[in-house]
Formats: sequence, structure tokens, C-alpha cells
Amino acid sequence: MISFALRRLLQSVLVLFVMSALVFAGVYAIGDPVAILINPQADQAEIAAATRALGLDQPLWLQYWNFIIGAFAGDLGKSFSANVPAVHLILQRMPATLELALTATVIAVAFGIPLGLVAGLKPVSWIGRTIMAGSILGFSLPTFWVGLMLIMVFSVWLGWLPPTGRGETVEVFGVPVSFLTRDGLLHLLMPALNLALFKFSLLIRLTRAGTREALSQDYVRFARAKGLSMERVVRIHVLKNIMIPIVTVTALEFGSLIAFAIVTETIFAWPGMGKLLIDSINVLDRPVIVAYLLIILLLFVFLNLVVDLAYAVLDPRVRISGHGT
Amino acid sequence: MNLALPVTRHSSPVTQVFGEFARDRIAIAALLVLALILLAAIFAPLLSPQNPYNLAELDILDSKLMPGSRAAEGFTYWLGSDEQGRDMLSAILYGLRISLSVGVLSTFVALAIGVLVGLVSAYASSWLDDIIMRLVDLQLSFPSILIALILLAVVGQGVDKIVIALVAVQWAYYARTVRGAALVEKKKEYVEAARVMAFSTRRIVLRHILPNVLPPLIVVATVQIAHAIALEATLSFLGLGMPITSPSLGLLIANGFAHLLSGRYWISFFPGVALLVTIVSINLVGDRLRDVLNPRLASHYGT
Repeated sequence: MISFALRRLLQSVLVLFVMSALVFAGVYAIGDPVAILINPQADQAEIAAATRALGLDQPLWLQYWNFIIGAFAGDLGKSFSANVPAVHLILQRMPATLELALTATVIAVAFGIPLGLVAGLKPVSWIGRTIMAGSILGFSLPTFWVGLMLIMVFSVWLGWLPPTGRGETVEVFGVPVSFLTRDGLLHLLMPALNLALFKFSLLIRLTRAGTREALSQDYVRFARAKGLSMERVVRIHVLKNIMIPIVTVTALEFGSLIAFAIVTETIFAWPGMGKLLIDSINVLDRPVIVAYLLIILLLFVFLNLVVDLAYAVLDPRVRISGHGT
Repeated sequence: MNLALPVTRHSSPVTQVFGEFARDRIAIAALLVLALILLAAIFAPLLSPQNPYNLAELDILDSKLMPGSRAAEGFTYWLGSDEQGRDMLSAILYGLRISLSVGVLSTFVALAIGVLVGLVSAYASSWLDDIIMRLVDLQLSFPSILIALILLAVVGQGVDKIVIALVAVQWAYYARTVRGAALVEKKKEYVEAARVMAFSTRRIVLRHILPNVLPPLIVVATVQIAHAIALEATLSFLGLGMPITSPSLGLLIANGFAHLLSGRYWISFFPGVALLVTIVSINLVGDRLRDVLNPRLASHYGT
């Protein structure tokens, strides 16, 4: 187990280096880095000074080395528009995104698993078919358009929910959160629902497939033959067995929720990292873009590592077969 | 390319597949809708009451009209008009063309690249195979929207750039599938027979393995087109996709977003419905095709 964990950790570090090199090459080496990194209104002398200050007159490998050293120290440059360190800007916005993604996960799990269970237990009934049709629709609906339609119905027509922003926040351990105030909750509801839609549909499918497969297994038939009630069989035998893949997928998909939050945050003007990224792309604030990419890479590599390790703990076959594939 | 080759394995399998396909009425309805959408997109210049790109035909006095309003020129804005006085129906028909062609083009380029890389990987030395598959694993562990966003943030915008981004997010998936399928085929007797007959590797791969690997993959690609269209719409909505000169459905929706809060829902609503209907019908047709071909898929991959 320890050798597997070490090998996997090494792989993660390698991935981070490769990806950071790609991001570096993409932003600093392709095109004119001076034009990208320096205020376009600067004159000749300022450009020359800034080129030296940024170390752009040095050889590329040295530039990459300095970039990496800076990254380890948490220094990824200053934002042009806000004139504060880019990493600060992103860390400041991170709680809002995490709150949104966590709320969406809770919504998806709370509704997706029970509905998937029902659809799996009664696959041919009208209710099972309706749930599946809803899930197919949830997969097909373009998420951003659903967000617009939510705003149209609940904000413009009914006037129940505020269309944009985060509302009133309360500090918990120094981190501002929305879900503890009524105003914040109202602001949180629509974006979270919007973000949850895809995961919700995915969880319905997963749970349904798992349930149907479990029901055809010998241990379920044996439990039924032993005279246990259907309800007990479902609760104890079926649910326990389908939970492992569901938990894994939910954890693994958390990263993609954060990525998809870019869209949701843009629609609802939710002040998270995703909205910051889009705003930065629009004003060509490259240091913030680079910082966002590196932080999200770190997050993804970390999540993949955790899920792989959890898998290895749960399923010994993974560590025996080593590299996988 | 000899696509007809594998089909002739069974007795008239096209009719067989279609007969099986037609047993699901929803899938038939979806196929009809899809055909209508394709026809509408192809014949957009004939069908639409107005050329939305021709500024001379637009009347600024007709801007932001409700659906069903009459135009000064005499036709009716069945789906309303946008802030430039553009007829939404015409804009949607032209937008469909852009969305569909970008989706189809990028999917087939990705398919071609993926098939090539997958076949090379299946036949390459183990270290090259290892490198390619590590790269594929790496890419597939990130959500496609993130990869597309990173690419577009780095290379900038434009029609060619978005096609590149859509290709980049899809090829790895095909490469992995083709490699798996090719490894299964490689062990089969007909390939061994071909080897015994001293055919070159190239001939075996292109003439024997490829035709057996490709048909199920094309079904997968059908569904992928829907994903590509949805992703393009999302990127365009974020302002990172199509340029304003080529308004795809996503860009039309983004355009209407500004007017949504003032209650002018139709500028965003109808392009979204068109997008939704397109994606759902492609998904339904693709799912049904996969179900019909499933026994063959299962025998191919042993799942």
C-alpha cells in the first residue's frame, strides 16, 4: 500500500510539473510575452524596463526556473487590473465557489440517489420511466440556458429570487458564507440548483444502474429467500453495495463541479473564482489567468490522488495491478 | 474509405438495424425531428424571411418586437426580433448552420486523429504506447470545458480556434476506445491469418482491423456531436467561442441575456429551444443506435 501511495504521489508531482510547463509555455512562450504581461499603454522605455524587471531577457529555461520558484513561494505575479498579487485575488474568491459547489453536491445527492433508487426498483413503471426521462433531459439541457430560464421564471416573472450576487454573508472562522442568512440562502438557491442539474442526472443513472445490477445478484435473492422484507433488503444489502461507486464518482466529480461553476457564476454574477477567470480573460489579465489555472490544476491532481488512494484502500485489486489501465 | 465493408458481414444488416431501430417510436420521432433540423439548417437561406447578416434588410425601428409582431416589410416576426431588428427565426436558422457545422466538423477531425493515434498506440512499442496512454489518461481526468477554456484563453478567439479546442477535448476519448478495440481485434484469428499470409502490418491495420473498429465508433461519434455543439454553445455564451460575425446558437442566447431582466425573454428563449431540441434528438437517435448495435459492441469489447 505504501509503495502504491508513493508511486501515485510521484506521478501526481510529475503531472503537476508537466502541466505547469505547458501553462508556462502557453502563456509566456507563445506570442509576445511583453505584449501579454505589460500594460499596453506603456512606452518604449517602460517596456524595456519591465522586460528586464520580469526577467524576459533571460533564457527560457531560466525563466521557467524562476516561474517555478515563484510558484512555490506563492508568487504568480500581480493582477494588472487590481494591482494585488493574483494568488490573493483567487484565494479570496475561493470560498464562494466552494460553497456553491458543495451546496450543489448536497442537492444532487439528496435528490439523485432516492430517485435513482426508485427508478432502479421499478424500471418499467410510469414513475421509473418519468425519472429516467427527466434524467435524459437533465443530461441534454444546456446548463447555461437552464440558468437563464431559472432567472426568467423565478426572478423576472415570479420575483421570488434575486437574479445575481451572493447576498448577505456571515463570517465563519474568518470565511464569509452565504448559507447562514436568509438573504444569502435566497441568492444561493438558483445557482446551486443550476450547477446541481448535471450531477443530479448523473447520480440518478448511476444509482439506477447499480440498483438493477444489485437486484439480480445472488446475495439479494438469497436475502429475499431468507424471508427478509424488500425494504430491509434494499436498505441494508442493495444500498450498501451501490454506495462505493456513488461516493467515488461524487468525490471525483467535485472537481468538474468547480470547473462548471465558471459558467454558473458568470450567469448569476456569483463572486467566485470562475467569474474572476472569465473577467480576467476578458480584460487580458494574464497573471490571474495563470494563477487560476495552476491552482485548479493543483486541486484536480489532489482530488485524483485522493480518489485513487481511497480506491486502493477499498479495493485491493487496484494496488496489486499497479499502474492500472 | 471503404466504410461499406464491415456492413456486408451480415445479411442486409442495414435493414436489420433499421427495423430494430424503428421498434422504438420515440427514436423514430427523434430521427424525424433531426432530419427536419438538418434540412432547415441546409435550406436556411430559402426558408428564413430575412437575411440576418444583411444590414440593409434590418430595420432598427423593428428592434425588440414581441413574437408575432408584423414587420414594416410585411412579414411576421414569429419569434420576435432582437435589438438590431433581426428576425429571431432567421437568426436561429442561420445559427443552426454554424452550430451544426462546427459540431460535426470538430467531431470528425477528432475522430480521425483519435483513430490514428489509437491504432499507432495499439501497434507501437510499449514505451510509446505508455506515453500516449498516459497523455490520454491525463487529459481525460480534466473536464472538457476546462481544457477548452485554457486553450482559448491561451490561443485567443476565432472560428478556427474553437474548432481546434473542440478537437482537442475529444480526440483522447477516441484514441483510448480505438486502442482498446484494436488490441482485442489484434488477437483474433482473422488477423493471425492475415499475418500468416505475410501481409504488411500497415495493410493488416488499415484493411482488416480499421473496418472492424470503426462502425461502433461512428455511433459513439454521433452522440459526441451533441456534446460538441453544447460545449461550443457554452463557450460562445461565455464570450470565448464564436466571433460576433458568426453568431451560433450560443452567441444568440448570450446576446439575449442582456434583455432577459427587462422581460424580453424571446431573444434568449427560442435559440435555447432550438439548441435543446437539436441536442435531445441527436442524443435519442444515438442512444437508440447504440442499443440496437449493443450486442455487437459487447462482442467487440467483451463488456
